[in-house]
Amino acid sequence: MARRAVLVLTAALLASSSTACSTSSPASSSPSEAKAGSGKTITLGFAQVGAESGWRTANTKSVQEAAKKAGITLKFSDAQQKQENQIKAIRNFIQQKVDVIAFSPVVESGWDTVLKEAKDAGIPVILTDRAVDTKDTSLYKTFLGSDFVKEGKSAGEWLTAAYANEQGPVNIVELQGTTGSAPANDRKAGFADAIRADGKFKIVASQTGDFTRAKGKEVMQAFLKSQKDIDVLYAHNDDMALGAIQAIEESGKKPGTDIKVISVDGIKDAFVAMTEGKINVVVECNPMLGDQLMELTKKVAAGEDVPPRIETQEGVFPQDKAAAALPSRNY
Amino acid sequence: MTTQPAKSEAAGGVGRRPAGHRLLWPALILLALLLGNLAFHHDFFSVRVRDGHLYGSLIDILQFGAPLILVALGMTLVIATRGIDLSVGSTVAIAGALACGHISTAARPGSVATMLTAVALALGVALALGLANGFLVSGLGVQPIVATLILMVAGRGVAQLITDGQIITVTSAPYKMIGGGYWLTFPFAVLLAAGLVALTAFVTRRSALGMLIESVGGNPAASRLVGIRAGGLLALVYVVSALCAAVAGLMISSNVSSADGNNAGLWIELDAILAVVVGGTALTGGRFSVGGTVLGALIIQTLSTTVYTLGVPPETSLVFKAFVVIVVCLVQSPVFRAKVLRRRRTTTPRSHTTAGAAPQQQEAGA
Repeated sequence: MARRAVLVLTAALLASSSTACSTSSPASSSPSEAKAGSGKTITLGFAQVGAESGWRTANTKSVQEAAKKAGITLKFSDAQQKQENQIKAIRNFIQQKVDVIAFSPVVESGWDTVLKEAKDAGIPVILTDRAVDTKDTSLYKTFLGSDFVKEGKSAGEWLTAAYANEQGPVNIVELQGTTGSAPANDRKAGFADAIRADGKFKIVASQTGDFTRAKGKEVMQAFLKSQKDIDVLYAHNDDMALGAIQAIEESGKKPGTDIKVISVDGIKDAFVAMTEGKINVVVECNPMLGDQLMELTKKVAAGEDVPPRIETQEGVFPQDKAAAALPSRNY
Repeated sequence: MTTQPAKSEAAGGVGRRPAGHRLLWPALILLALLLGNLAFHHDFFSVRVRDGHLYGSLIDILQFGAPLILVALGMTLVIATRGIDLSVGSTVAIAGALACGHISTAARPGSVATMLTAVALALGVALALGLANGFLVSGLGVQPIVATLILMVAGRGVAQLITDGQIITVTSAPYKMIGGGYWLTFPFAVLLAAGLVALTAFVTRRSALGMLIESVGGNPAASRLVGIRAGGLLALVYVVSALCAAVAGLMISSNVSSADGNNAGLWIELDAILAVVVGGTALTGGRFSVGGTVLGALIIQTLSTTVYTLGVPPETSLVFKAFVVIVVCLVQSPVFRAKVLRRRRTTTPRSHTTAGAAPQQQEAGA
């Protein structure tokens, strides 16, 4: 019995390793050609965070469509918001000898080991949408994505402009994203930076809403009870803002009027809420970076130099621009 | 069956009312948490009527606690049979996704009929999921933690398939009623949860069902030998657990008028298990306390609210919660209490304290 089991196992192992070889052979047999970009298809391993929001799904779609258009073979992996899954996926990509690895890190820290493995294997890494916290910047080629600090700053600047002629104090409550994630850390820091200069702005409460509607609503409901006077809500993403708006309405106040609402991302539902006057401003965070990523992948695979940081194009949408922009929002 | 004598002995030795004694510590802990909130925030207990419904922190705790109470209620019965149901979080997500998916594609999303079909659809699928779990556990003899792990992992994927990874937003007043509506100024979700808790307590305690479940959990072999049909009972508790989770899922998605296949009910199984344990139901099976579970769920929800009210920074909130849970578990442990009491009461005769502690320990073992 035991011997037979061992036999079956070895056979299975052999089979799996041979298929792995066969899939990676086109890329590995002629690496110089692929890297020269002379007609050979480039393989890109892309490790996505998960599918936690409409924003992320739009991001995934954009990458998949752009890969097809650019003729790049895409190996896609969904980490379901877990760092260990993402590390596993990257190790798989290294084993499969893909030409380029791209990923959106779930959290900022803890990537040094796996990135070192990729570097040792000679596979260039592109970070998309979220940055990593590492001292050794040679571990990745470039970062393509949004500047979250700038998004936080834009939100803060809109606020300082809107309240320029008013007497303080302006009490702000903040709904943070998932604790430890780059967008939460940076949007918080950028916003705090922008309002620091004026003493009348005060963040009276700040809690995590995990980027979800349910949590956003729950936390906002607690804020509305524990804080006497709230003038402004700053949410790190639209979903939390949409949840919080329901909480504000249920407390008998008017979102957008009694409590000003600032949000980041720019999903369709947020634009709908903005046309109803419930959100005052949305700072866009553009997920449609697929085309830019494919262009970069080709350059990196060909060994060309690329700038260490490339930003996606983003805008700030106040209420009066919402109605005009709504039809063009596709996520 | 085997636990009965030990329990009555403990009750006789320590207090006259066994139920009152068992619920004493969870109730005291909940009270302490609420009073702690009151110290930091003086109108924490104030409940006003606003826009024709009750409004206040206590109402929030009840409303957001209602789904957890339901999930923990089903979990209590499963744990009483010495099992565990890890799939409830996924069932929560699937139920919400199915209901919202149906409403968003219906011809008249705002009608009561659409809402009822959506609810029936979600409950029907939950019934099938519960039967699948029950069949794996009782029919095939798969260990409960493994059997339900399958659905826990796969179910989340199913929910994501139903929602296509997106968040489905619905506008339906009748559907909103389930989790976010008010009936006679009271949150409907709380009334629904209270009704289901009362029904479960009534059915399990006023009939032999509760005792049969406990005997299956206490000693499956012995209960089979005395003629209890353990197989059917085991399957039943998993079905009840799945149905409770589905109702909770409807509440959660209805409260925010949207279904989020990725995050709805994420890790709620762990909160539910914690609520059951804090409420005094032993993971080793053989006895359960519905009242204790309700208190346990309320303790956990109050803890979340406390974090928001006190302004505990998000980076430290998990440590804060863990610390409170450790304290809660220590205070609940008869062994720990006996040790602390013994150290304090150095003047009292030693034999007296140990005699008092012995039955308590026995109770913990049961």
